Amino acid sequence: MQLQFEVNGQAVEIDIAPRTTLCDCLRDHLNLTGHAGCEHGACGACTVIVDGQAVRSCLMLAVQVAGASIVTVEGLADGDELSPLQEAFRKHHALQCGFCTPGMLTTLHALLSDEPMADADRIRDVLSGNLCRCTGYIPIVEAALEAREHYAKKQGSKAG
Amino acid sequence: MRTVNTYIGRPIERVEDFRFLRGRGRYIADLKREGQWHAAIVRSPVAFGRIARIDAAPALKMPGVCAVITAPDISQPIPTIPFRRKNPTIAPYAQPIIAADYVRYVGEPVAVVLATGVELAEDAAQEVIIEINALTPCVDWRASAAGRPLLFPGTATNIASTFTAQCGDAAAAFAAAPYTRRERFSVQRHTASPLETRGLLAEWHAGDGRLTVCGAAKLPFFNRRALAGMMGLPETSVDYIELDVGGGFGARGEFYPEDFLVAFAARKFGHPIKWIEDRREHFMAIGHARQMDADIEIACQTDGTVVAMRGTMHVDIGAYVRPNGMTPVRNVIQFTAAPYRIPNLDFTGHGVLTNKTPAGTYRGPGRFEGCFFCERMIDIAAREIGVAPLEMRRRNLLTDQDMPYALVGIAPEDGFGDTECDSGDYRVTLERCLEEFGWDDKKALAGTLRDGRYHGIGIGCFIEGGASGPGESARIEVTSDGKVDVYVGSSAIGQGIETIMAQIAADALEIPMDDVRVLHGSTNYLKQGYGSYGSRATVMGGSAVVAAVEDMLKCFRDIAARKFSIVADDVSVSGGVARARDGRAMTLAEAAAAGVLTCEGTFTSDKRTYTYGTAAAHVAVDPKTGSVQLLDYVVVDDVGRVINPLTLHGQVVGATVQGFGSVFSENLLYDADGQLLVGSLADYQIPLATDYPHIRAITLARFPAPHNPLGAKGAGEGGIIPVGGAVTNAIASALSAFNVQPTDLPLTPPRLWDLIQRSRAPTP
Repeated sequence: MQLQFEVNGQAVEIDIAPRTTLCDCLRDHLNLTGHAGCEHGACGACTVIVDGQAVRSCLMLAVQVAGASIVTVEGLADGDELSPLQEAFRKHHALQCGFCTPGMLTTLHALLSDEPMADADRIRDVLSGNLCRCTGYIPIVEAALEAREHYAKKQGSKAG
Repeated sequence: MRTVNTYIGRPIERVEDFRFLRGRGRYIADLKREGQWHAAIVRSPVAFGRIARIDAAPALKMPGVCAVITAPDISQPIPTIPFRRKNPTIAPYAQPIIAADYVRYVGEPVAVVLATGVELAEDAAQEVIIEINALTPCVDWRASAAGRPLLFPGTATNIASTFTAQCGDAAAAFAAAPYTRRERFSVQRHTASPLETRGLLAEWHAGDGRLTVCGAAKLPFFNRRALAGMMGLPETSVDYIELDVGGGFGARGEFYPEDFLVAFAARKFGHPIKWIEDRREHFMAIGHARQMDADIEIACQTDGTVVAMRGTMHVDIGAYVRPNGMTPVRNVIQFTAAPYRIPNLDFTGHGVLTNKTPAGTYRGPGRFEGCFFCERMIDIAAREIGVAPLEMRRRNLLTDQDMPYALVGIAPEDGFGDTECDSGDYRVTLERCLEEFGWDDKKALAGTLRDGRYHGIGIGCFIEGGASGPGESARIEVTSDGKVDVYVGSSAIGQGIETIMAQIAADALEIPMDDVRVLHGSTNYLKQGYGSYGSRATVMGGSAVVAAVEDMLKCFRDIAARKFSIVADDVSVSGGVARARDGRAMTLAEAAAAGVLTCEGTFTSDKRTYTYGTAAAHVAVDPKTGSVQLLDYVVVDDVGRVINPLTLHGQVVGATVQGFGSVFSENLLYDADGQLLVGSLADYQIPLATDYPHIRAITLARFPAPHNPLGAKGAGEGGIIPVGGAVTNAIASALSAFNVQPTDLPLTPPRLWDLIQRSRAPTP
């Protein structure tokens, strides 16, 4: 079926089978990141941001995002520059195999955009829906804590 | 020596991160080919039985279905999966790449459905009719070891192989010892669980008779050899290509049935064939690990000196012997007593077949289990003798005076080469760990009830075998712009080898790291290579890079000498520039422009490295629920030399957290019919971000490895090895008032609660 939505600021129009998940749609039809680690909402690797909310793209059908605005990991960086959150991930070695990384980044981006001063417990709580088998999570939490300042500034400037 | 660059030893941020952080990593599921078909594997729904009939007709009528492959479509006899190491008795137990007659585990491939879309293939897979005459399965290893029933007609036993490890005279030592103690321990079946499931994309190039298989990991060269043999192709006509890999941990990248089936389909039908495993399938198809039972005895002097250990281990290896199926069996008997100087040992290890998914390796194979058995046994003995657990370890740990120290030998000999502890003083990491942990301050907490929970502290000492032989290759090519391409046989499975190899190459060449590009893991880069397993990539691959650079610098010097019309001895090379004494100079780029500048290097060694260390844990146990909170955990290891502290630390902490999953929650449960009760990541509980926030890892480089040019030791597995012993000892310490001595993993809340209830001490 015909479908229109926006991905990373670009309008998209595709013809897609109704049973296609958003995750498969992003990966197979739009050549974007759609990491399917479990396909049942347990691992969080496929997390993308739909209208500001972090959602599991494996639990959502592509047809459900008609008219929505989606941000994938590709939309987090400004061109070739890493975002402050991505920079912090690199500095703290918060990724190894990289498979969970897109979901970690989108989840944290959604969290810190809403709650820029989230503390370590809050960050861990939110990340408990995203599995990482490589890092033991500690560096991911450290990276998130470091990136908070940037999100706080962004929110401050928005409010100002 | 090196004056220009010193990348080695610095926490260099990873080069591979740029693509992963921006969504530019390319994993197997991201790969697409024009005209590709998708494969879905039809798997046995029963644990043991004989196939009566397979009817693919209903599936073939489904939309988009192109073909269905079953055993009769494959040339007879059905190829079997080759073994990685020699063994005199395992041949009858090799796995056929598709079930033809018997099925022996739930999940065994029976048919392959090929369709134009993945959903269509999965739909049709449901429609393949399989009739199996079910037989009574062997789910429990005890029944299987007794041969009830035999799983393979024509064999006399379900014990695929038995290994022994003997030194000294254990019987005499036990007879003479004032204290002996026997105990039984067990570890549950679990698995590596990389976050990306497996996948393959195979293409047949009919024109030149070549096969390309994308999705390689761990062992591309071994798998290529195996596949070429099965398909009757020259080895050089098969390429295994590595993409980004979402975690390995010992399980991913071994040769599995799908490696053959997907490639076979690609050649038979002339279409690229793509197969991506789903998570439920993953749990029943990827190598299981760890399920082991140990009956162990220790003999000590009254001062805590251990004079002997002996025992029998039964490893539940599942339905077939997979390529690496015997590694945990031989490792556990060699490594159980490993960090200690125990003159008399007598261990027997049996690999027992059962109707479960075949087992293989998971990070620290046999070592995690053996360390758990030994460290528990030592704490139990220390308590009963009345010696402090620390004192008992100080008395028995290997010291630098003991080095090199030959580990107990294994029979039958299985080609593991030299297993001699290479260097170190195992007391160093013990003392440092105690200091960092604050053992003396925490000692008073042990066994006390605070805020409704019992506190305990525990310790575990370990060694990690690394640098698996036999060798590794590297090739260096200087491009005409002076950039350097480094090709290595090592595979990338998330450990950061693009960065590590670039550090090593840049330092050896004395050029900026930005000028080095690392390419790895694919068989089309090098004539021969090995891969990433047994904590070997940095040591073996890195040493091969050093060898290739040495050759390269010699070539560079020769080219410059010819240009300057002087002898090579009069040319000096530094910082990527060759200079004559009169000041004439030539850059690497100029040398490359004059002709192809490429050199190969090989590092060969049958000597292992042995990283060693100690871990300490502080836990609080809630007696009302049996739940355990980890309050502090410190692990200190000595890796000889650190190439990149950032990535090394990541390896240790990541492995440690995996170990907590092994201790507390991960369990591949089967019912009495041999049905796997785990089907999703909701049933199989790997650690979460909220579970284990308090971990400290400290790495030392006190005793360099003597047998490789880097001085480095393998360090990818060590973190996981001591977790079972250290944490369980801490739990026993917490529950000392009840004299609860846990011997079986996992320590789930119900199991601990039950142990507390059953203890004779009055309940609180």
